[in-house]
Amino acid sequence: MADTATDERVKEISPLRRALIRPELGGIVGTVAVFTFFLLFAFDSGMFNSQGVLNWSIVSAQFMIIAVGACLLMIAGEFDLSVGSMIGFAGMMIAIFSVTLGWPVWMAILITFALCIAIGALNGVIVIRTGLPSFIVTLAFLFILRGFTIFLPQVLERKTIIGGVRDVAEGDWLAWLFGGKILNGLFVWLGDMGLIATFSRGTRAGQPVVDGIPMLIVWAIVLIIFGHVLLTKTKFGNWIFAAGGDAEAARNSGVPVNRVKILMFMFTAFCATVFATCQVMEFGSAGADRGLLKEFEAIIAVVIGGALLTGGYGSVIGAALGALIFGVVQQGLFFAGVESSLFRVFLGVILLAAVILNTYIRRIITGER
Amino acid sequence: MADPIIRMVNIEKHFGSVIALAGVSVDVFPGECHCLLGDNGAGKSTFIKTMSGVHKPTSGEIFFEGAPLSFNDPRDAIEAGIATVHQHLAMIPLMSVTRNFFMGNEPTRRVLGMSFFDQKKADEITMREMKRMGINLRGPDQAVGTLSGGERQTVAISRAVHFGAKVLILDEPTSALGVRQTSNVLATIDKVRKDGIAVVFITHNVRHAMAVGDRFTVLNRGQTLGTAMRGDITPEELQDMMAGGQELATLEGSLGGTV
Repeated sequence: MADTATDERVKEISPLRRALIRPELGGIVGTVAVFTFFLLFAFDSGMFNSQGVLNWSIVSAQFMIIAVGACLLMIAGEFDLSVGSMIGFAGMMIAIFSVTLGWPVWMAILITFALCIAIGALNGVIVIRTGLPSFIVTLAFLFILRGFTIFLPQVLERKTIIGGVRDVAEGDWLAWLFGGKILNGLFVWLGDMGLIATFSRGTRAGQPVVDGIPMLIVWAIVLIIFGHVLLTKTKFGNWIFAAGGDAEAARNSGVPVNRVKILMFMFTAFCATVFATCQVMEFGSAGADRGLLKEFEAIIAVVIGGALLTGGYGSVIGAALGALIFGVVQQGLFFAGVESSLFRVFLGVILLAAVILNTYIRRIITGER
Repeated sequence: MADPIIRMVNIEKHFGSVIALAGVSVDVFPGECHCLLGDNGAGKSTFIKTMSGVHKPTSGEIFFEGAPLSFNDPRDAIEAGIATVHQHLAMIPLMSVTRNFFMGNEPTRRVLGMSFFDQKKADEITMREMKRMGINLRGPDQAVGTLSGGERQTVAISRAVHFGAKVLILDEPTSALGVRQTSNVLATIDKVRKDGIAVVFITHNVRHAMAVGDRFTVLNRGQTLGTAMRGDITPEELQDMMAGGQELATLEGSLGGTV
C-alpha cells in the first residue's frame, strides 16, 4: 500500500453516515422530535407565546448551565455527583452571608464562588491523589454538602429557608448580573408593535408581560459558547479529550492530565454556583432542598447530547440540546395538561435510548465490531 | 562513521538485591538501526528505560552527542531528542489522527489576543506526514481507532520524528502485528533511518531484526553478549545468543527451525 493513492480496503463513507457519526446527532434528532410533537399537540396551550417560550427557556437554561460543566468534566473522564448539593450549598451560603451576616451582596456572591470552586478543586485533588473513582468521592460530597446546607441555617436561623435576599440585593451591581434582565427596550417595542402580549389592565397596563431576557439565559448562552470553543478550538480542549480518552497515553504525550481534571472539577463547581446564584436572586430566598437530583439531570442531558460515560468523547452543543429537550418536555407536558409524573418516565426512556445510540456511534467511529 | 549520538557505557541497574543490568555498553550512530535483542527478562526494558530517563542507572555513564548526561525524568530525555514509542501506544482511539498527532504539542494561532488550536495547520501537517509514511487517511479527522495496529505504530513513529527526535526507541513495535503490518512498520523504520535518525529497535524476533538492523546487540540476564555488524552474524547465531546457549538447539531441531 506504500505509495498508492487509495487503499482499496477503505470503503468510502457516505455523507449520510458521516453526518450520523457526530456526537450531537441524538440531541439534534431529539430536539426536532420534541418540538414537532409539542407544536402539533400543544400549540394552542400558550406554550409558544412570549410567556410560554420564556417559561421553558428559563427551565432549559437552568439545565444548560449545569450540563456544560458536567459535559466538560465527563469528557475529561470524571463525574461530579455533588452538583445538586453544591447548588443548594452555594445558594444557602449566599443567603447566610448576605442576610444573616449582613455582608454586601456582591461580597457574599464572590466569597461563595471562591468557596465552591475551592470545594470543586478539593473534589478533584482527592480523586487524583487517591486514584478512587470520582463517582465515590463526589457521592461523599453529595452528602457532606447537603448536610451542611440543612445544618447551617437551622443553627443560625432556626429554619431551613432563608428569605429576604431580594431586599438586600436591591441595587447591587453583582446581583444584577445574576438576577437582572436585558433588552427591556426591545420587549417594550415588541409590545408596542403588538407582536407580544401586553398587560391590558392594572398598574402595568400597556407594558409587555415578558419585559426582558433574564440573565440566567444569558449565562447559559455564554457558558455554552465558552465551553464549545474551549473544547473544540483550543489546545486545552484537546487535553480534555485526551485526559478522558486515555489518561496514561495522554501523560506519555506530555498532557498535564491532573491539572486538566482538577480544573474541570472547578469549572463544574463554578457552573453549579452560577445556577445557584441565579436561582437565589430569582426566588429571593435560599432553601435547604434546592438542587435535589440536579446532578443526575445534568448527566442525563450530557448523555443525550452524545457524550460517552467512559469519557473522551462528547459535545457541549449536544449537551445544550439535551438540556433544551429536558426543559421543553418538562414544561411542555405541563402545558399539554399531561400528568407531570410522566416526565420521569420520559427521562428514563430517553436516557436509555441515548446510551444505546451512543454506544452504536462509538462502534462506528472506532471500527470495533 | 561519525561519532555516536548516544553512548551508554557500563550501565548497571540494581533494584534492591536484584541486578537487572550488570554492565551493559551500547552505542548508537545517527542513521543506523541498532537492534537490541533479548528474551523476556533479559533486561531490555530496564535498559531502554535508563536510556529514556525513566530509571537512573546505579552506575555507568551516558554520553549524548559527546557530552556526559544525566536525565532526571523522561521529560529531560524527550527535550534532548530521545523519543520512545511504547509497546502500548500513546494513542487515543476515539480522537482523530490530527488530534492524536499533536496531543501535548498543539500548534496555536492567536485571534484577538487569545490562543486557539490551529486546526488547519495541524491537519495539513498530519496529512503530509502520513502520506510520507505511506498511510492514506480518509481525512485528518479519521479516528485513530479505525487504523490498524501497524498504522498506529507508524503514526506514533512519525509523530516522534516530526517533533524532533534524534534517537527513536521502539519498544517491540512488531510484537503484536500481523505479517503485512509488520512489514509496513519495518518499512517505516527504514524511512526514518534514512532521515538520519538513530533508531533503537527492541525485539525478540530475529527475523524482524535482520530485516532492518545495521547492528545487533544481544542482552541476556542483564549482560551484553557483544554487538555484531550486519553480515557478521547469522540469524541462527543470534537466536542462540538470545536463548543463552545450546538448550534451544535441540528444541529447535524438533520444531523444524521455526522458532
